[in-house]
This record gives sequence, C-alpha cells and structure tokens, in this order.
Amino acid sequence: MNAHRQQVMLGRDIEAIVIGGSAGAFEVVRHVLSELAGDPRVPIIVVMHLPARNSTTIHETLQWTSRVPLVMADDKQPFDAGAVYFAPAGYHLLVEAGRSAALSIDDPIMYSRPSIDVLFQSAGDVYRKQLLGILLSGASPDGAEGLHSIQRAGGATVVQRPETCESPLMTRSALNLMTPDLMLSPAEIVSLVSDVACAQ
Amino acid sequence: MREPLEETEIRLLLDAIYSRYHYDFRHYAIASLKRRLGQALNRLECRTVSALQEKVLHDQAAFPLLLEYLTVQVSELFRDPEFYAALRCEVVPMLATYPSLKLWVAGCSTGEEAYSYAILLEEEGLLDRALIYATDINDESLQRARSGIFGLDRMKQFTLNHRESGGKGSLSDYYHAAHDHAVMDARLRNRITFADHSLATDSAFAEVQLVSCRNVLIYFDRELQNRALGLFHDSLCHRGFLCLGTKEAIRFSSHASLFTDFQAKERVFRKVL
Repeated sequence: MNAHRQQVMLGRDIEAIVIGGSAGAFEVVRHVLSELAGDPRVPIIVVMHLPARNSTTIHETLQWTSRVPLVMADDKQPFDAGAVYFAPAGYHLLVEAGRSAALSIDDPIMYSRPSIDVLFQSAGDVYRKQLLGILLSGASPDGAEGLHSIQRAGGATVVQRPETCESPLMTRSALNLMTPDLMLSPAEIVSLVSDVACAQ
Repeated sequence: MREPLEETEIRLLLDAIYSRYHYDFRHYAIASLKRRLGQALNRLECRTVSALQEKVLHDQAAFPLLLEYLTVQVSELFRDPEFYAALRCEVVPMLATYPSLKLWVAGCSTGEEAYSYAILLEEEGLLDRALIYATDINDESLQRARSGIFGLDRMKQFTLNHRESGGKGSLSDYYHAAHDHAVMDARLRNRITFADHSLATDSAFAEVQLVSCRNVLIYFDRELQNRALGLFHDSLCHRGFLCLGTKEAIRFSSHASLFTDFQAKERVFRKVL
C-alpha cells in the first residue's frame, strides 16, 4: 500500500467498503471487481442507480468478469467477508445493527431507490470509523449527504475525481459539502479497493 | 463501548410509546426506524428524539402523526405482478380444492394487497367461498382500506400491474370512478374483514390456508421476525402457504425449518410439520 493510502487508513481497521454511483459508474465498478487481488477480507456493498429492469441482473452481468461471488442482498442476510453485495432493484439497502442487510420500500430519495445516501448513512452508523466509502460518477446528488455522514462517523471517504467522471454531478455535490480524504482516478480507485479489501 | 446517544434516545422513546400507547416498536429494525424518525423530527419540528418523546407524551395530536411515519406503507394493486402470476398458476389450483377458503393479509396498510387477492380470487371463481382477513396496527390505514377508495391517478399503474399479473378481465370491472377517486366494488369489500392486529403483541386468531405478509418483515428485527413467523405457522392449516416479499428470506431465521420452499423465486413457502 503506498504512503498516502496508508495515511488515509491510519488507525482504521477497515471492516467494510461501500460504493455508490450512477451514470458512468458501471465501468469503474466492473474494473474494481475484476481487478481484486484475491478474496476480499471485508464485505463490499454496492448501490448503483440503474433503470429498474437492468438492475435485476447487474450482479449477474458483472459476475462474468469477477471471480469474487456477487450477491443480490436478501433481507437480513449477513454481510460476510469474501462477497460483494448489491441492492435489489426497487429497494433501499441498509446496514442493520449486527452487520446484516435490511431492505426497505420507503419513498425514493431524490428519485432513487435504492438510494446511496440510505446505504451510506446506515453503514456509517454501524461500522463507524471502520468503514471506507467511495462515491463515483453520477448524474444525481444522491450519495453526497451519505458520504458526508460517513466522514462525520469517522470513516474514510474517497471521491472519484470529477474530471474523470462521465457525469460529475454526484461527486461535485459531495465536494460542496465536504473534503474527502482522497480524490482518485478510476485506476487509483481500482488499486485502493484491491489493497484495502485484499490486504493480508 | 458506549451506546451512541441517538440510540439511547430511540430506545427510551420506544419504551415510552409502548407504556403510554401500547404500540410496540421496540423490535423494529433500527436502520429504517432511524430514517423514519429523522423524517418525523422534521415534520414535528423537534430537534432531538428526546424532544419528540416529550411531544408525543404531552401533545395528543402528535402521536397519530408519528404513527403515520412509523407504520404507513405505500403499496400498489398487484405490486410485483410476477408474484401474482405465480400465485395464479401454482397456488390457486391447490386453494381451489378447499370447500371454503380463508386468507390472512398481515400488515395490510391501506388495503392494496387485500383487494388484489380479492380480485384474483374473483377471477379464478373462488371469491364466493373465500374470506380475507386484512390486519394492521394503524387505525387510520384500516379505515382508508375499509373505504376501498384509491386515487384515480394511481389506476394507470395498477391496471398495468393487473395485466402483467395475468389478469383475466379489465381492472375497471372491479371499481367505479367517482370524481378523482376509484371506489372498489362492494362485492370485493364484502369478502374482506379489516381488523386491528399487531404481529408484535397479538396472537393467532383463525386457521387460514394462506398468509400473505409482503414487505412487512423487512422492518422487523430478527426477534420480531421470528415471532411473526411463529404466528403464521400457528395460523396456517396443514401444508398452508406463506407468501413474503420478493427479497424477503426466512433462511436467516431460527424459524426457517417451519417452512419449506414452494416457489423459491417468488418467495412462496409451505408450512411443514
């Protein structure tokens, strides 16, 4: 792990990674999941905004290029190490006390269900400073508040560099609220997640 | 490690609600509860959960408003059409073998699901010998459900759902429009008994062939989920059907062995033992 990454993770024993994105994030997520150096020692939890019909199979599509099991989270499913969990279409995905999945059909947040804010805020409440939150390209402000709440809970925060985003609204909204620990290019995000998730 | 302050406040609020109003939210899943309380704080103009507690204890008008945030679920007629299609093909032929039928829709909110069952049974020629119990803890929701009135603007989506579920006639055969409302037909309403019942504190009240509890258990913690599954097991006849929401699982519950998969994808289970 290089120096500045070590700095970010200093004093934090990361126990979960949450990733959110919408327009332009699919390729980044695909790279992240295909480049993992081994079995992740922490759960990785992902919310992507996609049209309802596509998102029912997003984990199956991504599974073609990833050797780590990709799972559509069921309600009350424990977030175990070694797998990547996706929010099902039409449901919010939350982290419940006890580190298991909780779904909800409460109203969409900024037209989105699943909402990144909902995942990030609930994950921050449970994992506190042992959480790494990553916000990617997207054409919605959803996720900005959530990333901010991860920071307030003591977690590590990473934003994809807006100039590398196909749609920079999501990341710019976050940068209006907060200063993340790191701003990274997609390639740097790929290696960061691999380092943190697969470090011995 | 010290419990975060907000969680202490929430625990105290739920204890207060239980003591004062006999609604038991103490075993609701905390993550969603927090979000809903956050919305209620805004609406009731309280800065903290403690302030909300004071308000709901001293201001009679405040509690029903909070209850709305804690309980109300927006559903649709024939939400998840594939589920109703599976029900029609796989479950209805077995229900048809009973001389009389009882169904229980647990957590019926404003009645969309109960009416969907009534319509489906009518289309399959079973409504005349069926009785649907539809229960909820929110009186206001139950009253709205009993009235069978839905916004006319929602009917477009409902019609689409109904068609995708394999609906035989037109959905408009089952309601009439009045101003901007759709009023469900009395022949459906007459087969549904709406009643107050809490999965947290009440017990089984009838023997039924099918329990439907869709997207309700997602708001419960494991302990309360187990209690509800126990109630469903007690209520179901031999080999009765349990229908959950399409992302709800019982395999993580200690009561998993009480039921077996029937239609795994649509989360239809059957009682065993």
